[in-house]
This record gives sequence, C-alpha cells and structure tokens, in this order.
Amino acid sequence: MKYTMTVSPDFPLDHIAGWYIFNTWLQVKLGINIHLELYDNFDLQREAIERGEIDIIYANPFDASMLIREKGFTAIVKPHARADEVVIAAAIDSSIEAIEDLNPETRLAKTNDPDVNMIGMIMLEPANLNAKNIIEEQVDTHILIAKRIFSGHADIGFFLKDSYDSLSQFVRSQLQVLVSSQIDDITHTLLIGPNAKDLQEEIQSILLNMQDLEKGQGVLDSMGIKSWDIQTQEDAEFMIDLMDTLVD
Amino acid sequence: MKDMQSVDVLEPYTERQIQYHDGSERALLLKDEEVPFPEGKLIVSRTNLEGMITHGNYSFVEMSGYEEEELMGMPHCVLRHPDMPSAAFKDLWSTLQRQEKWHGYVKNLRKDGRYYWVYATVIPNIRHNETVSYTSVRRKPSRSKIDECIQLYAQMIQEENQT
Repeated sequence: MKYTMTVSPDFPLDHIAGWYIFNTWLQVKLGINIHLELYDNFDLQREAIERGEIDIIYANPFDASMLIREKGFTAIVKPHARADEVVIAAAIDSSIEAIEDLNPETRLAKTNDPDVNMIGMIMLEPANLNAKNIIEEQVDTHILIAKRIFSGHADIGFFLKDSYDSLSQFVRSQLQVLVSSQIDDITHTLLIGPNAKDLQEEIQSILLNMQDLEKGQGVLDSMGIKSWDIQTQEDAEFMIDLMDTLVD
Repeated sequence: MKDMQSVDVLEPYTERQIQYHDGSERALLLKDEEVPFPEGKLIVSRTNLEGMITHGNYSFVEMSGYEEEELMGMPHCVLRHPDMPSAAFKDLWSTLQRQEKWHGYVKNLRKDGRYYWVYATVIPNIRHNETVSYTSVRRKPSRSKIDECIQLYAQMIQEENQT
C-alpha cells in the first residue's frame, strides 16, 4: 500500500528539501512507500484532504482542528519548543510605534495562513481594529508582505515569526516589530489519518527517538526541527479548545 | 476561601467584603492600581466542572500574583473583583451550561490587591458529547471597551444592590 504525506504550506521555503529527505528517511525506517505531496497553497491542500488523499500530515493548528474533529485524524508528535508565533511589523520610519497607534482604515498585508491571520487579528483588538474596519491585501509570501510595507502600500503586515526571523538582516532592519505573540500553546502537529492508523504507534516510536537514530539528527536539522515531543490526543484536544476560544 | 492578607498587599488599600454565589464570604484588600495586560500573550486556564482551577499557563500564574501551587485546586472566583457585577457570572455559567461559548470583559483581582482587565472567552471542553471541564482564554482588551465596561458594571452593581 502506498501512503501520501503532506506538509502545511506555511513551512519556510528553505526547508522544502528537508521534508523530501525526511520522507525518504521515514520510508527506509518503516519499509513502506510514502509519496510526499507538497501544495502551493492552503486551498489546494484542503481539496486533497476533502478527497481523502492524505494519510500523514504536518498540519498547522487551524487545520489540525478540522482534521481531528471532522476527519478522524490522530495527533502523534509535535516539534520540540517550536510554537507558532506571529509578528506584526511596520516600516522602521513609520509613525506607528505601537498597536494602539493604529486607526481604522489601516492597510494590512498578509498571506492566507489561517493561524497567522487569526492570531494577528487578535493582536489588533486593543486598537479596536477588526476585519470590517481595516483594508486587507493578501499576498503569496512573507517577503512580499515586507515589500508591500517598504513600498508604502501597506502600513502593517502579519508574519509567522519563523518566517520573519528568516528574512535577511537588511529586510528586518527596514522593519519595526509592533508586537510579537508569546502564546506557546499553539503548535504544528504531525497527524495520522484513518487509513494509516496501523502505522501510528510505529511512526510515533521512531520519531520520538529520531535524534538518536542513524542520520536522524541531520534530517531533523534539514527541517529546522530540534526533535519531536509526544502529542497525546488530549494535548491536541486542549489546543483545539484553545483555538475555539479564539474564533468568533 | 482564605481572606486576603495584609502581608500580601502594600498600603494604602481599601477593605471590602465579597459574597460569592454559594453564600460564602471573603475579606478583600483592594488597591486602585491597574497592572497592564502582557503584550502578545494569552492568559489560559482550565477548571473542572465545579470551577476549581486545574491548569494555568505561565501568564495566568504571573498575572494572578499567586504561586502556581496556591492556585491549583482553588476556586476560580479567587480572581473575582468586587467591581464585577454578579449578573456577568450568572450569564457566564448559564451560557456554559448550554454548552455555548461566553465572551466578556472582566476585571480580575490579584493576590496583591491590584487588578487587570481582560477580554475573556470561556468554552466548555466537550468530549464524547459531555462537558468535562472549562477552558478560559483571556486576551488584551481595548481601552475604550474597558472604559465602557467600567460605567456599565458600576450601574449594574448599583441595580443589584437596590434589589
């Protein structure tokens, strides 16, 4: 039997090769065929999920919620000490120095990453801003957000913190961070679908010891992950409850 | 619940008595000093069905002024500030009992007598169609909403005292 693995499209682009290496490594360890399918955007990935084509997924918290509660997926591991955090930034020479300085009609540049956008909007609430009183522009990547800010087309942008930190020193020097989230409890999670349930225990066991297995640490490094921590179903349910409180 | 202790609260403070929904009372020591909500953070806690605290993240513990060991097993109303009208909490509990989500602006009391404002969302944690606990997540509120609530809650308390 052949299984299909996918990765939430919000991972940093310089880790693409790492996920292919991981897939090869995992196939060797398990002795099975796994096809890695990477999607350019969230919509294409969700369509594949709807068609039941996905067996293993490194999911962002927003999709994990839907996959666990509606599609019968099970959480097995999460990356160690790597929460999904969000940065809201403005141009370095902007008169905006804090979230409370923002006014209605603020121009926001963002990607279509659902977690980043949700957390970002929550961090705009202290300025009484919401989807109805800001002007939003969606772009494909975080570097394009920075460009929209530099060119004066956007006042602020939402960045996944990992992506913000991977921007070049020059780009970051042109930006100022207005606020950076420190939520800690919201993370990406590796989930196993109902069709691959038989593999669940074996994959979990391998991944929890991955750093000690042959070539394991090198593969982890290539994905930008230090190691995997166990994610019980109740841990995942707790994260989903937390996400539920943040969605109106 | 133990009365607030003068050793925990710097003078000057005001003494007040609060009565909870179960009729029990507690002596409070209140300071007119707000602690700002920590930037970028969420305050997360969980209680059992009886409202006893079973989990709190770092921000929850830090903002409460208590030690984590003190908070675990305590009733969540240890954080209740007397400037909050009873009607707000009645609405919270009746909403949760319908297995629905509750939102509201809440003034919380710290161990040191100071206070902090939050925008709170509380949900029932439902497993196999049954509520097993409650999760509360608080985020930074806007100042204008707080100002509206200060007036509204004062009016509600006045009405509660008249009936």
